[in-house]
Amino acid sequence: MADDLKSGRIVVVGASLAGLRAAEKLREEGFTGSLTVVGDEPHVPYDRPPLSKQVLLGQATADTTELPVRRNADAEWRLGVRATGVDLTAKRVLLADGESLPYDRLLITTGTRARPWPNPEEAGLAGVFTLRTREDAAGLSERLSAGPERVLVIGAGFTGSEIASACRERGLEVTVAERGPAPLVGALGGTLSKLAAVMHRNHGVDLRTGVTVTALNGNGAFTGAQLSDGSRVEADVCVVALGAVRNVEWLADSGLAADPRGIACDAGCRAFNMYGIVTDDVFVAGDVSRFPHPLFGYQMLSLEHWGNAVEQAEVAAHNMVNPGPLRRPHLAVPVFWSTQFGLNIKSVGVPTYSDHLVIAQGSLEARRLAMVYGFKGRVTAAVTVDMAKSLDYYRHLIETGAPFPPPPGAADRPIAADVPVPSDVPDPSVLSHGPTVALTGHLPDRRLTVV
Amino acid sequence: MDSETLLARITDYASRPDPYPLYAELREAGPVVWQAGGNCLIGGYHHVAALLHDPRMSADPRTGGELGHKPPFLRLDDPEHHRLRNLAMRPFGPPHSPGRVDGMRGEIRRITEELMTSFEPGRQVDIVDDFAYPLPVTVICRLLGVPHEDEPLFRAWSDVLVTAADVRPDADSTESDKAGDQARIEMGGYLLELAERRRGKPSEDMLGAFVNEPDPALRLTQEELAETAVLLLIAGHETTVNLITNGVLTLLRRPDSLDLLRREPHLLPSAVEELLRYEPPVHMRERIPHADIDIAGTTIPRGTSVVLALASGNRDPKRFHEPDRFDPARPDNQHLGFGGGIHLCYGAPLARLEAQAALGALLPHLGTAGLVQDPPPYRQNAMLRGPRHLHVQF
Repeated sequence: MADDLKSGRIVVVGASLAGLRAAEKLREEGFTGSLTVVGDEPHVPYDRPPLSKQVLLGQATADTTELPVRRNADAEWRLGVRATGVDLTAKRVLLADGESLPYDRLLITTGTRARPWPNPEEAGLAGVFTLRTREDAAGLSERLSAGPERVLVIGAGFTGSEIASACRERGLEVTVAERGPAPLVGALGGTLSKLAAVMHRNHGVDLRTGVTVTALNGNGAFTGAQLSDGSRVEADVCVVALGAVRNVEWLADSGLAADPRGIACDAGCRAFNMYGIVTDDVFVAGDVSRFPHPLFGYQMLSLEHWGNAVEQAEVAAHNMVNPGPLRRPHLAVPVFWSTQFGLNIKSVGVPTYSDHLVIAQGSLEARRLAMVYGFKGRVTAAVTVDMAKSLDYYRHLIETGAPFPPPPGAADRPIAADVPVPSDVPDPSVLSHGPTVALTGHLPDRRLTVV
Repeated sequence: MDSETLLARITDYASRPDPYPLYAELREAGPVVWQAGGNCLIGGYHHVAALLHDPRMSADPRTGGELGHKPPFLRLDDPEHHRLRNLAMRPFGPPHSPGRVDGMRGEIRRITEELMTSFEPGRQVDIVDDFAYPLPVTVICRLLGVPHEDEPLFRAWSDVLVTAADVRPDADSTESDKAGDQARIEMGGYLLELAERRRGKPSEDMLGAFVNEPDPALRLTQEELAETAVLLLIAGHETTVNLITNGVLTLLRRPDSLDLLRREPHLLPSAVEELLRYEPPVHMRERIPHADIDIAGTTIPRGTSVVLALASGNRDPKRFHEPDRFDPARPDNQHLGFGGGIHLCYGAPLARLEAQAALGALLPHLGTAGLVQDPPPYRQNAMLRGPRHLHVQF
């Protein structure tokens, strides 16, 4: 049995970070069978975080972010072809070119795509962009280099904020429109979102909060937008940063538990079918998955994180070629980072899974701090601003379910550390950006009403 | 034997050639091992790593009630540590000087080659005095802007200062502290004077950058400049010498690893990481909790001196597979050789570059070389552990 798992046919659908790392890990684990990786983009796997940072700043071009290869995955790469379905009974992946690939085990790493502007006609105006792919970044970067009069960014989540930051660094005028009360509020809650708003404004961003964009104007080319408060923004470039959509449509008729929140899987990355029965030959990893995490009440987490894509892909690969007792759970504590307006923001745990927070080290005034989040008296997350070296300590507190607020003793502990304040995690429906970390079950405070 | 005497036995000069069985005993004796002198010793990887990252652990000797001057950033806590380390980093590394260390590759290679011109077949050399010491000293002198011919002068101060800073089980340190204070003041004065000569005259070196900083908010005070310069000059050469020497010693003891590296020189960076794990230049660091802290059910009261045995954590089987094996290709090697947390070695990128260059240049010569004396004579220092001499016959 164990030997059988090391051979046979494995198909990976999705050729980005998770797909690449899984393919490499499969070989590292001794898989000797045939390995096929399918990707709808024509490129070899490339890295996306630089696309909203170095590429927009003109420090690197979009075609230079290829992911480093750790080992030869000895795979057949089917790039530039979309998977259109999967037949679980016949165990075949259907491709857009009419071909079908037989498999013994299947790994789905199709990730997400940028949420498009809802009006296709307006979205088609020249100068309107989303940012997810290499082509998106190349086009936007070129447009920014041409020196537009003003850039309108719709949505102040991490991507929107990073785009605004890059524009300001290049000396471009920027307006940011956000439906919520402040940038990043969906991911980080009330207190840090206020700091984020200050950072936007101090860096010269025209930040409009509590408004939505009701229409994009232009005759062929984008010229401005209409806001819900009746005002109008004149701009010649528009970046729609409204979060991501999971690439699950191709699985609509598959019988897998795939819906707009992702593909549900167990802690070992095995996909559930639509009856909630776990499959044993279909695995999921990366942004497209949602999985139960014991540290967060076994709620199904969806993470759009670089680190999660790598770690979950490695767990999935391990479990695909090892028998039951040797399989591993995906228990890594979520971690992500962002750089914007000269600040390094890092997060560990799930900040939205919280009721209170304290500033445990540093201060908002110093623009350098560690914010610790708690839920029902235990530590569930921490976010550092220019204080990343403290992150491991807080991860340990999260992993061990340490009491909240964290114990005193830090040399740079402010008086504020004695005063937990509500974390003010908003209802995701009021935001124009989705939270990067989503509790796709329900908000913590509503858990009480669910039996 | 009694675990209460572990620190005394580890720091005993007789243990210098091979302290590793004592570290195994330390990990066996528990996560927190109290010492007769009232301090405690910690040697498990996960506990050491956790405490290095714990913001409640102070690096400042004054936290334990010690009186004295304000130490350099190595022994300060945040936020003051952060401010001074950042100012010191401006002329050395990213984000303000991103290419500085990398730009020294060529110079390091030239210095290495110069030092090796006399390494001919049939000759016996002392790897320490003829190679591993002069290389980092020359590099740090050029980097800081210290005349190389003053080496005998600052070497004497440096010897006194590292002796004063060594970890001791309980011995009375009044004498060495007094000598250390004197050396620190003299060395600081010497470096301040060098810096002063650069005022108003832009220079490439770091002392020049410090005194000519145009923004008053980013300027070090005289006292801070003296402390920082002393720290950088000492740290810049007292540690890398051990890394390079331990590297030569380890490779000459393990012909299979030496062969592997000669066949596959691209493994060199990974081999240097393994050296930092296997024979780290810094064996221990001291910390003092600001508050009572709990470790695996043991409470360490505030103000207690806690000795973190980095070299023991590096050999912990709970973290590293076959920890006592030297494996130049070891994967997942997150060692404690550069410490961790906010005090993670400031000069690590430079040390890595120097060690890679030095060992890389020596590799072709080591195939026919032999150790004259094994184990070699060691330096007195227990914290900065390394051979005093390493005679090699080419």
